Amino acid sequence: MTKPKVAFYWNASCGGCEEAVIDLAEDILKVVEAVDIVFWPVAMDFKKKDIKAMKDGEIAVSFINGAIRTEEQEEMVKLLRRKSGLVIAFGSCSHLGGIPGLANFWDRDTIFERVYKEIPSVINPDGVLPQTKTQIGDKQLTLPEFWDTVKTLDQVIDVDYYIPGCAPPPDIIMDGITAILEGKLPEKGAVLAPDKSLCDTCPRSEKKPDKISMKEIKRPHEIILDPEKCFLEQGIICLGPATRSGCGERCINANMPCRGCFGPTKEVIDHGAKGLSAIVSILGIEEEEKLSDEDVQKLIDQIKDPAGLFYMYSLPSSLLRRKIMRKGE
Amino acid sequence: MKAKVDFEPKIVVFCCKWCSYTAADLAGTSRMEMLPNFTIIRTMCSGRIDPEFILNAFVKGADGVLITGCHPGDCHYVNGNYKARRRIILLQSVLKQFGFENGRLRYEWISAAEGKKFVDSVNEFIGNIKKLGPLCDVSKYLSEKKTNNVKSSITQ
Ligand code: SF4
Ligand code: SF4
Ligand code: FES
Repeated sequence: MTKPKVAFYWNASCGGCEEAVIDLAEDILKVVEAVDIVFWPVAMDFKKKDIKAMKDGEIAVSFINGAIRTEEQEEMVKLLRRKSGLVIAFGSCSHLGGIPGLANFWDRDTIFERVYKEIPSVINPDGVLPQTKTQIGDKQLTLPEFWDTVKTLDQVIDVDYYIPGCAPPPDIIMDGITAILEGKLPEKGAVLAPDKSLCDTCPRSEKKPDKISMKEIKRPHEIILDPEKCFLEQGIICLGPATRSGCGERCINANMPCRGCFGPTKEVIDHGAKGLSAIVSILGIEEEEKLSDEDVQKLIDQIKDPAGLFYMYSLPSSLLRRKIMRKGE
Repeated sequence: MKAKVDFEPKIVVFCCKWCSYTAADLAGTSRMEMLPNFTIIRTMCSGRIDPEFILNAFVKGADGVLITGCHPGDCHYVNGNYKARRRIILLQSVLKQFGFENGRLRYEWISAAEGKKFVDSVNEFIGNIKKLGPLCDVSKYLSEKKTNNVKSSITQ
């Protein structure tokens, strides 16, 4: 029997998702035994032309990590979509936009200005910026177009399933791969992780008081963090209440609050809005009826960079998707 | 810009069933005149208004969103209106980071007897949004096509 063909591809990502596949350790051998890897730029020497030469739908599954920010990425994922039976968005960037998606608080002009002109370590007296076409003698060099807006994979192509996480943990990856190989998949569009909130499975939630009221908001570097108490009880914002479980409480176990890389549970449309709503409800504001709007504003202003915090991993997948840019900003 | 003078904004007003919705009704039965640029969405309490609803209103084309609820101490569910105030204040900061001008999202306490206050608040809000002009069409980004090398297509 021929083995099912599998492809791995990367877009706007950090390489951590590739690392996560390698981190399967011995399990990777089981995967390699069961499938035939036909494309994996980080590890194997197959080219775009090899994919192009395949029949439509010939690849059983493509695992695609990274957000979509350039013309080349868009072209490649469209090609892979055509050639694949199933497309799995792999990791937070592909699923939600992830950290590269925070670039949606800027656009290409402001990013290029910063990166190629303003950064102190850059020397660029002629203000040269990347061009899609550059003529050198009789040769023309080309670069892919850089979009203003970072997109999630499903904003560019049809996605069958999602494997969440920055990066996805080994057990979630193996469970996903096993489900695919055995054909035991849930309905299309599902995130292959439990549909519970992280607080439900967090070891700190047992001792959590019934009612939490955060009187002061602190950032993790400002206090000595108690390794057992719920972060919210300590005045540290944790996105556990709004985030999907399944990561193995990695950050919590490293004594750091959750920042939401698994994205929201199924019914939630906008992860950031859910998070801010949950956090603001438990602020310990006393005698609120006596407070003016300004007083409440002052308390809420303790939350620094709220958009960056609540949308840390999900900006491109949020309802607003990006910042509105105005000239001269 | 001339367009702004003729601009007729789309406004969503969220009303609490127990207070401002009744106030709106009172304004109607008392035949008070007001600007027509708004649609009311009734909720059981201003505390029911999820920030997702507000963002959705903007994404679907609202130029401004006004939240109205019971006066302090009057909420039927004790503190729904305070929760709403907190969410709106935080959401206002978030919207600023998303490039929204101040004033596109506001809230106002209006009791069931305050038909006149309902009219004045809505009129004033519509006036302010007219001055701000249309909110950049968020859906435009979604259909973003190829950009060229010189100018960003989404800069207003
Ligand atoms: S808020 Fe964070 S620390 Fe507290 S129970 Fe939830 S996930 Fe655990
Ligand atoms: S605790 Fe939160 S941010 Fe950390 S790995 Fe889990 S889901 Fe991701
Ligand atoms: S019942 Fe009116 S705001 Fe809660």
